Amino acid sequence: MIETLFSLAFLTQVLRIALPYALAAMGGAITERAGVIDLALEAKLLFGAFAAAVVGHATGSPFLAVLGGLGAGMIVAAIQIFCALRLAADQVIVGVALNLLALGGTRFLLQLFYGEGANSPPVPTFGSSLLGNPILWLALVAAVALPFAIARTRWGLRLRAAGDRPDALVSVGVSPVRTRLAAALVGGALAGAGGAQLTLAVGGFVADMSGGRGYIAIAMVILAGWRPQLAALACVVVALAEAINIQLQVAAVGIPSELAQLLPYFLTLAVLIIAGGKHGRPPGSLGKL
Amino acid sequence: MTERGAPTPERTRFAQWLRPGSNPRRELLAALIALLVVIAFGSLMMLAAGKAPGHVWSLMVTRTLGDPYLLGQVLYKATGVTLTGLAVALALDAGLFNIGAEGQVTAGVLACAVVGVTLPAGTPAVIAIPLCLLAAAAAGGAVGAAIGVLRVTRGAHEVITSIVLNSIVVGVALWIGNEWLFRGGTTTGGKIAPGAMLPQLGFGGSAVNASLVIAMLAVAAVWWLRNRTTWGQAWRAVGQDPSAARSVGISVGRVQILVMTGSGALAGIAAANFVMGHKHAFEEGLGRGTGLLGIAAALLGRMHPIGVAIAALVLGFLSSGGLAVADVVPKELTEMLLGVVVLAVAAAGPWVRRREALT
Repeated sequence: MIETLFSLAFLTQVLRIALPYALAAMGGAITERAGVIDLALEAKLLFGAFAAAVVGHATGSPFLAVLGGLGAGMIVAAIQIFCALRLAADQVIVGVALNLLALGGTRFLLQLFYGEGANSPPVPTFGSSLLGNPILWLALVAAVALPFAIARTRWGLRLRAAGDRPDALVSVGVSPVRTRLAAALVGGALAGAGGAQLTLAVGGFVADMSGGRGYIAIAMVILAGWRPQLAALACVVVALAEAINIQLQVAAVGIPSELAQLLPYFLTLAVLIIAGGKHGRPPGSLGKL
Repeated sequence: MTERGAPTPERTRFAQWLRPGSNPRRELLAALIALLVVIAFGSLMMLAAGKAPGHVWSLMVTRTLGDPYLLGQVLYKATGVTLTGLAVALALDAGLFNIGAEGQVTAGVLACAVVGVTLPAGTPAVIAIPLCLLAAAAAGGAVGAAIGVLRVTRGAHEVITSIVLNSIVVGVALWIGNEWLFRGGTTTGGKIAPGAMLPQLGFGGSAVNASLVIAMLAVAAVWWLRNRTTWGQAWRAVGQDPSAARSVGISVGRVQILVMTGSGALAGIAAANFVMGHKHAFEEGLGRGTGLLGIAAALLGRMHPIGVAIAALVLGFLSSGGLAVADVVPKELTEMLLGVVVLAVAAAGPWVRRREALT
């Protein structure tokens, strides 16, 4: 049991589980840094996973499948921004509505495309080697590049201004709405890639396969004080808990499986109790128009 | 939300566009526009499925309304959704978005069934029914209270805690079921005491039962509390402007926790419909989806108790109607429309308000 926890196979497993969480969290972090409450991560993961399955099945290429996931995440982000900023709908409700839409929408499309209720046809994957998986590299690049981009580039400066002082942005002639849209599209693409990983990890789409990961990811964003690299790190810890749980199941330690599966949720709840919503400083204009 | 470490109970976002009952004509207009959007979107999806929308919609109406059994199923669905819709509306009124009704229903179902099974078989209805209702309300209320306490004392966003608690409650309920309640290899527990069973209302043997009366009483009770008592004034004041509420001496945190407890209790009572009125036992997945439909009912009903009940009927119709035409279009279509309902109402409210400001 202990040896397994230090094996390369276990590390690979942790990273594979962490990818969807971490990508969603980094995507959520940028969207929220630009001032938009991002509760639609679940929808981006789910539509991303579904699009990856459709594209992967149609083309036979896992690379194109990832691009499909990216695109789907961006489309969801665009709809989110349109409803939240152009139509001035409540951002929390828009997020929850999109998640509900994704839950029913992917099942409807599954039925429409493949005549199946719960599973898509098999999708080609990148194989068992994690290093050959471009989604891992995308996540690593994002974890390094995003903090730099946010802190040191003009894009990052505008993004932070859109989140903290949109009026300042207006006064220098930059549209906060456009800045937020750009940030949300990048965030949507990342979360969509996380969705693609969900599908590619098991070689097909399964209804409701995101299973609340989007909500856990956003809790980690809050814990990390809206810093994408720390949010990704927190997600690795969640993944570690999930992987240990799988090992415990294999070792049959006697913890009821129904409860063991809840480990990531208990962990998130603990995080919320300890950190609450007041850890770090949220963007000043988060959720405001 | 400015200072580090400051708790963040101030939230007026919901109330800005959802001032309940302030302008009934505007609220009605927003709900109707949202319904039109939903019908339009549903029609598009039917076209995508290669079916004529007019044909499918008319089939849905004639089949559902023409068959007493299906009509009864609509009422059965609407009973549960009215209660969860009231739960969500109550919380929204106070500026809190309780999407945890799903977990609160499950907690209620479990507690209701456990008490019902434990009662001796000869327990008279006057004792058994209130006890089971109380258990359901207490279990749902406890989950709601947990969300409220986390919100007020820790500043944890209630949407995130709700979702996490939904998963935890459903998982724990399944564990309790597997460990103690389910009978050999099934996912159904033992029958509750006959005294706790609510009578069916006929309708061709459909599941609609006397808890419909409980739902109607709940509508009346929430309406009365909201419009006729200082309690209702307090919670709506907190929803509309927390700092103003605080300055007139309302303890905002206390009101928020109490409202979340009440909201959870209402959702828990929905268990009456499923356990006492229909299945008479704890069952895995019983009542699932009612909490999500409740979100749509609360928003479509524009937070007004009577509006919520009407919205619950509409959603119950969509839900059962989807099953009635499952041979023509995939039944998942109506599941998808649920999200569209919420999105459309959220967007239609501010839109109507802006249009009125222009003219």
